Amino acid sequence: MTRNKPWLAPLLSVLFFALFVGVWYLATSTTAAPVAGPAVDPEYAALLGAEAATGGQSAMPGPGEVAAKIWEHVLDPFYDRGTNDKGLGIQIGYSIARVLAGYLLAALVAIPLGFLIGMSPLVYKALDPFIQILKPISPLAWMPLALYTIKDSGISAIFVIFICSLWPMLVNTAFGVASVRREWLNVARTLEVKPIRRAFLVILPAAAPTILTGMRISIGIAWLVIVAAEMLVGGTGIGYFVWNEWNNLSITNIITAILLIGLVGMLLDHLLAWVARAISWRE
Amino acid sequence: MTQPFLKIEGLKRQFPQAGQPNPDPVFEDVHFGIERGQFVCVLGHSGCGKTTILNILAGLDEATAGHVIMDGREVRGPSLDRGVVFQSHALMPWLSALKNVEFAVRSRHPEWTREQVRAHAVKYLEMVHLGHAIDKKPAELSGGMKQRVGIARAFSIEPKMLLLDEPFGALDALTRGSIQSELIGIVEATKQTVFMITHDVDEAILLADRIVLMTNGPRAKIAEIVVNPMPRPRDRETLHQQPEFYPLRNHLVDFLVKRSRAFAPGADWDPKNPPLVYPGAPARAAA
Ligand SMILES: Nc1ncnc2c1ncn2[C@@H]1O[C@H](COP(=O)(O)OP(=O)(O)OP(=O)(O)O)[C@@H](O)[C@H]1O
Ligand SMILES: [Mg+2]
Repeated sequence: MTRNKPWLAPLLSVLFFALFVGVWYLATSTTAAPVAGPAVDPEYAALLGAEAATGGQSAMPGPGEVAAKIWEHVLDPFYDRGTNDKGLGIQIGYSIARVLAGYLLAALVAIPLGFLIGMSPLVYKALDPFIQILKPISPLAWMPLALYTIKDSGISAIFVIFICSLWPMLVNTAFGVASVRREWLNVARTLEVKPIRRAFLVILPAAAPTILTGMRISIGIAWLVIVAAEMLVGGTGIGYFVWNEWNNLSITNIITAILLIGLVGMLLDHLLAWVARAISWRE
Repeated sequence: MTQPFLKIEGLKRQFPQAGQPNPDPVFEDVHFGIERGQFVCVLGHSGCGKTTILNILAGLDEATAGHVIMDGREVRGPSLDRGVVFQSHALMPWLSALKNVEFAVRSRHPEWTREQVRAHAVKYLEMVHLGHAIDKKPAELSGGMKQRVGIARAFSIEPKMLLLDEPFGALDALTRGSIQSELIGIVEATKQTVFMITHDVDEAILLADRIVLMTNGPRAKIAEIVVNPMPRPRDRETLHQQPEFYPLRNHLVDFLVKRSRAFAPGADWDPKNPPLVYPGAPARAAA
């Protein structure tokens, strides 16, 4: 049925979206209804700032306000008015740069190391207990240690990304390399292929889909972790932005940032999925 | 007596088994020779150790005892001198047919230019009639086409000897027939020395000059070596009309169904010198 109506799924998506926005609109507009309700305590309002003074209405913004806010950010994503007031584009740029730096460093370490581990069953067995213990540690648990030893908060965030991206890539590379088909290795042996050529032309392409799966898991985790890491270290980045807007009680900004985080995460995942498709092979 | 091109002496292979300090060897006391340009088939039941022998010849596996001497030198490890066609084609699925063959050619001739490598690979793919499919990935090829790429790859390195492990085992009769004919053509043209494993009596008769008969394992032995009395090149169309065909075929089938199981060597049977038998030879004399 869906085969001859390819527009059906997108249509349903639009419908669901409209439904969601409608419910959201109704839910946020009713909180504004009791106009004669309990007046906001002026002291409380003074404490929480101007937004709270307008009552329940702005605490949970409606879709219209969020849309207006998003539009505002789209028009001017890169403004910079001091430490606590930078455009969303700048903040997300910091986050992406940190994720890429930590992630690429991790790939640089994990893929060659995973290769060596995968090639040698002995090293595989010897390192396995360490990997087993280190892998389940929440990357954020490393944060104090990183801050203490590195001292620089920006580099500490990159280190946390590095640590959390490392394990999936390491484990998948080692596994992919260790499970390369014996018959392909035998072909290489009968052709007297030199070790370097065998590593790049036989083992790497054979293990590439498994390695890419690890890389895709890693980028997903890294993107999850960067938000939390930036909330902790502060300064810049989308995580810090969310935390800062929470302190400003600007829910519209937070929702905008949440949407942006989801969007960028999706793009990163799609990018790796595309690479994975390009290097995958079928038997 | 001159030494044969390939000489197998006292070959034995034991696989370690849990809880058994001295497990039964798969085969032992295996002796035979292959002359240059000869096509030799090994016939035996499943599990008697044919693949194991081939792997040892290829240098992919090591014998527990005995050794293999090719062209005056002992076989130690794999070499470009011996091309292997694997039972499961073993093509690299991420490379096209052409790239699979080019990989082998490049290994043989690292100093060649890209054009030379390509031209050489294409030549061998055309030899197995795959000139039209060189850019296809293995997944886009039929079983028979994959096996032909495997054959082109093995031939393309122009080895001193070719080792084929049941290369047509997974093919239907029609495809099998046409690839067998291709193989005969290439072997005639290149004078290649071939060692091939097969389950199929008719395939052995069509291709082999000598047919090595192995008894069932464990402790498999070479019972005898059958000499194919029909001259090369043999043609599948007319083969069965020759007077030697049925005596030869009956002899082989008889071995497989009866004697391979309960092989009772006579007093003069010497594993170092397995007897040569000529079934059907009197038939030609009589005809
Ligand atoms: N790596 C191994 N470890 C232990 N036993 C093995 C190993 N490889 C082969 N064997 C045993 O050696 C025997 C011969 O195996 P082999 O693969 O050589 O048989 P084959 O004659 O090629 O059979 P088929 O015709 O089915 O391919 C079998 O009994 C098998 O169980
Ligand atoms: Mg076998």
